Amino acid sequence: MCVCVCVFEDCPFRFENCKKQHGVDDNKKSSVILVAVVLCPQSCPLRRDREQVGVAAVLRTRICTSRPETTSVLRRDAAMRGSKRCRRDRPVCMTNCPTLIVMVGLPARGKTYISKKLTRYLNWIGVPTKEFNVGQYRRECLKIYKNFEFFRPDNEEGLKIRRQCALSALNDVRQYLCMEGGQVAVFDATNTTRERRDTITRFAEQNGFKVFFVESVCEDPDVIAENIVQVKLGSPDYIDCNTEEAVADFMKRIKCYENSYQPLDEGLDRELSYIKIMDVGRRYLVNRVLDHIQSRIVYYLMNIHITPRSIYLCRHGESDLNVRGRIGGDSGLTSRGKEYAKSLGHFIQEQNIKDLKVWTSQMKRTIQTAEALAVPYEQWKALNEIDAGVCEEMMYEEIQEHFPLEFALRDQDKYRYRYPKGESYEDLVQRLEPVIMELERQENVLVICHQAVMRCLLAYFLDKSAEELPYLKCPLHTVLKLTPVAYGCKVESIFLNVEAVNTHRDKPENVDISRPTEEALLTVPAHQ
Amino acid sequence: MRERGSLSAAKGALLARQHVVGAERAHPDAPAEDLGSMVGTCLHFSLFTNSPTVIVMVGLPARGKTYISKKLARYLNWIGVNTAVFNLGQYRREAVQTYKNYEFFRPDNEEAMKIRRNCASNALTDIGAYFTKEQGQVAVFDATNTTRERRGLILSFAKEKGYKVFFVESVCDDPDIIEQNIMQVKLSSPDYENCDKEEALEDFLKRIECYKMTYVPLDEEKDRHLSYIKIFNVGSRYLVNRVQDHIQSRIVYYLMNIHVTPRSIYLSRHGESDLNLLGRIGGDSGLSTRGQMYASALAAFVQSQSIRDLKVWTSHMKRTIQTAEALGVPYEQWKALNEIDAGMCEEMTYEEIQGHHPEEFALRDQDKYRYRYPKGESYEDMVHRLEPVIMELERQENVLVICHQAVMRCLLAYFLDKSADELPYLRCPLHTVLKLTPVAYGCKVESIFLNVQAVNTHREKPPNVDINRKTEDALQTVPEHV
Repeated sequence: MCVCVCVFEDCPFRFENCKKQHGVDDNKKSSVILVAVVLCPQSCPLRRDREQVGVAAVLRTRICTSRPETTSVLRRDAAMRGSKRCRRDRPVCMTNCPTLIVMVGLPARGKTYISKKLTRYLNWIGVPTKEFNVGQYRRECLKIYKNFEFFRPDNEEGLKIRRQCALSALNDVRQYLCMEGGQVAVFDATNTTRERRDTITRFAEQNGFKVFFVESVCEDPDVIAENIVQVKLGSPDYIDCNTEEAVADFMKRIKCYENSYQPLDEGLDRELSYIKIMDVGRRYLVNRVLDHIQSRIVYYLMNIHITPRSIYLCRHGESDLNVRGRIGGDSGLTSRGKEYAKSLGHFIQEQNIKDLKVWTSQMKRTIQTAEALAVPYEQWKALNEIDAGVCEEMMYEEIQEHFPLEFALRDQDKYRYRYPKGESYEDLVQRLEPVIMELERQENVLVICHQAVMRCLLAYFLDKSAEELPYLKCPLHTVLKLTPVAYGCKVESIFLNVEAVNTHRDKPENVDISRPTEEALLTVPAHQ
Repeated sequence: MRERGSLSAAKGALLARQHVVGAERAHPDAPAEDLGSMVGTCLHFSLFTNSPTVIVMVGLPARGKTYISKKLARYLNWIGVNTAVFNLGQYRREAVQTYKNYEFFRPDNEEAMKIRRNCASNALTDIGAYFTKEQGQVAVFDATNTTRERRGLILSFAKEKGYKVFFVESVCDDPDIIEQNIMQVKLSSPDYENCDKEEALEDFLKRIECYKMTYVPLDEEKDRHLSYIKIFNVGSRYLVNRVQDHIQSRIVYYLMNIHVTPRSIYLSRHGESDLNLLGRIGGDSGLSTRGQMYASALAAFVQSQSIRDLKVWTSHMKRTIQTAEALGVPYEQWKALNEIDAGMCEEMTYEEIQGHHPEEFALRDQDKYRYRYPKGESYEDMVHRLEPVIMELERQENVLVICHQAVMRCLLAYFLDKSADELPYLRCPLHTVLKLTPVAYGCKVESIFLNVQAVNTHREKPPNVDINRKTEDALQTVPEHV
């Protein structure tokens, strides 16, 4: 009996001697099931939401999309029982073939910036993605970086090591995509020669991966210099150098690559799928987009930019329902909430932000907050708070009283749990995707939204996992200023000095469906 | 000459009022003054650029410019961006009543050149009028625009008026595709009404030669300050330069997702459901017996059609899933395909809605497209949530979509280019499959009733939509039910 809940022979998580590996006792049947669920990693595309019927926990597995016969069996059950807690599919994003994204370009062309950003985006929309930076493999191998001579094209020893590192990285890519449930791998290296790219293409063909190249071409010396200052000087390679030395060495490093650089060619490479990004997005050449995920990647890459700007995230001012400890609804601001709106107006004025755009949801409390700013604002339905379905406008105490099972299920998997006739955080992420895309296109924006919505947006910018997302702290009357810097985001938290209730409920210790009421309500914040 | 109407000022005012009223209903204790400012800025997302955009098609004849123009306009109008196509060929046909032969297009034909230049100016004037007087947001200038001189003319015009310009160039050197184009759309053009096929083909090819002599494609270097997308060989490659704003980014995304591979899209509703029988809207009920019969009939139908690589999509609601189950093939569930959320009116009969919310009922009849159920959705909201479905439908080939009445109306309106006024009254009866096959510049529709009886769920717009109307007037068009 295998602990892995997945029934398919080729499930990457099914182990021959799983009992031994996971130290499971045959006699303790229930512990087997629990262990299995814990072991099936979140990222496994074969994992599914758990369903509990009555008191007996029935834990079932996600259907592998390549097995139609089992798909229909499980779906029939789901259909008969009611679809509100049915599994939801990523709309067509899951091709059965994993995709290998291959970065191409000289050093300091933004490859790692693009890799990390793309990885963050794909993970946020639910496509398990991981980046593999060959430079890191080289640092592990070499331990100490002396100087640019390592990269000279006539340095035989250096070439050998670099080739080994690339192969080692590709091996890990294979491991990730075949065994660990990854869907997309980003191979972050210069890959500047046709020979290297052919090696990668062959590797992908052998393993049944689709390949998509992302080439970054840039000749603007200012952009390159800015890159070097922002991310190269702080690299482990230059830890003991001063700025001038580091810059001089890095420029020589780039020179080593320049002579053998063979950019993707419209003629020779016309059978490949790729996007060539020229001059940080001024121009794009897109060739042979094969499927949905590549189309989404292209769309994303064409919408991001590196112009310095800041994104301000905040919630509406304190609302009447907040004060009474009730979730959802569409109430107006309390007097403290109105005070906050005024403070927000002053704050914005002081910050002197160039061309600030203000966005709100279509709910009263955000609109009233924006009104106090006396600037034009846009309302997005997509920014509306999570729909709590049958639990709308209830207090947590009432939810515990009327729907104790639901309350416990939510605590067990707050990200995927969908309120009956409502939404889940996972649904929210889907509906917020166009907002994120537009945020990427824009420059300075202030988004006045809601707790769950703000958590989703924050998770995108700060690369938080699905587990952390629903518990991110987004208190009322606090503005978070996000400024993209190097490969990530700088966060400044500014409390605008107007008191408000706390609406943050931590995950309680006991999430069992048969827990006593006090334990369920342990972490509920105080209210009227 | 110009196709398609747009949102009139009156409807715009209704839209504004609608949002205020809808909000009031949802929150009876809201003070009226708070709602005043909501009126001006309600947008779904920042598609609305402040300056109008002129999309300029570029390319030799038979490169798919008109195909792209019409498709793009249809898409933009559907998502709520007022767009119109200005086809220069039509202006020319008005100016020169009878087309003799290709000689008209010779570059040394001075007389013809004058006429053609005039037509271009007229078209540009009409574009200006469309933007200023008819609240147009995007105009597609469908012509060859193959010389730098002509493009320069358009750029100066746009600069003077403050319009943005985005070029869409179609480059194709595959002779099969070009011939296919000519066969599909040129031979039936008014220009060749009285010719036989061979004559028409020969003349058209000579016409293309006339343009080739002076064709200057958009150049990566010389035109690097322009915003454009160059489409090579029906989409195998794209070159995109200087995308300026959101609408251009959406246009690029759309153009990169469409294709011309022949295929069919099958639209159908779920089988008759229990709530359908009771005359109740919304909800999440299962299939009735007849509904299950339909599901089997649908399976048989799909089998008989022998469709290559058919994809099947359903919503997350029981009734569509149960219908798909009977097909015995893999299917995908889309939350976006769920039926319109009727908010407070979920699972009510029309009689009950009239009984409990007579004013809402009337408001809905006044503007069914924009009316949003309290705590629910409007058709307009649905169009926005269906946009990713449409984008994916464009990418795919053969697809069967099993959905719901309001959803099907929205999808159908996209494919058949129906206006926002017609959309909520499109007929989508139960147990009927609509087979849509793209052909020439539009879509061929075949309606196949699968011979399993079902209730009628279609409610026409009643003559009296006044909020003070009598109950009988309100319920006049309600279809029969148990």
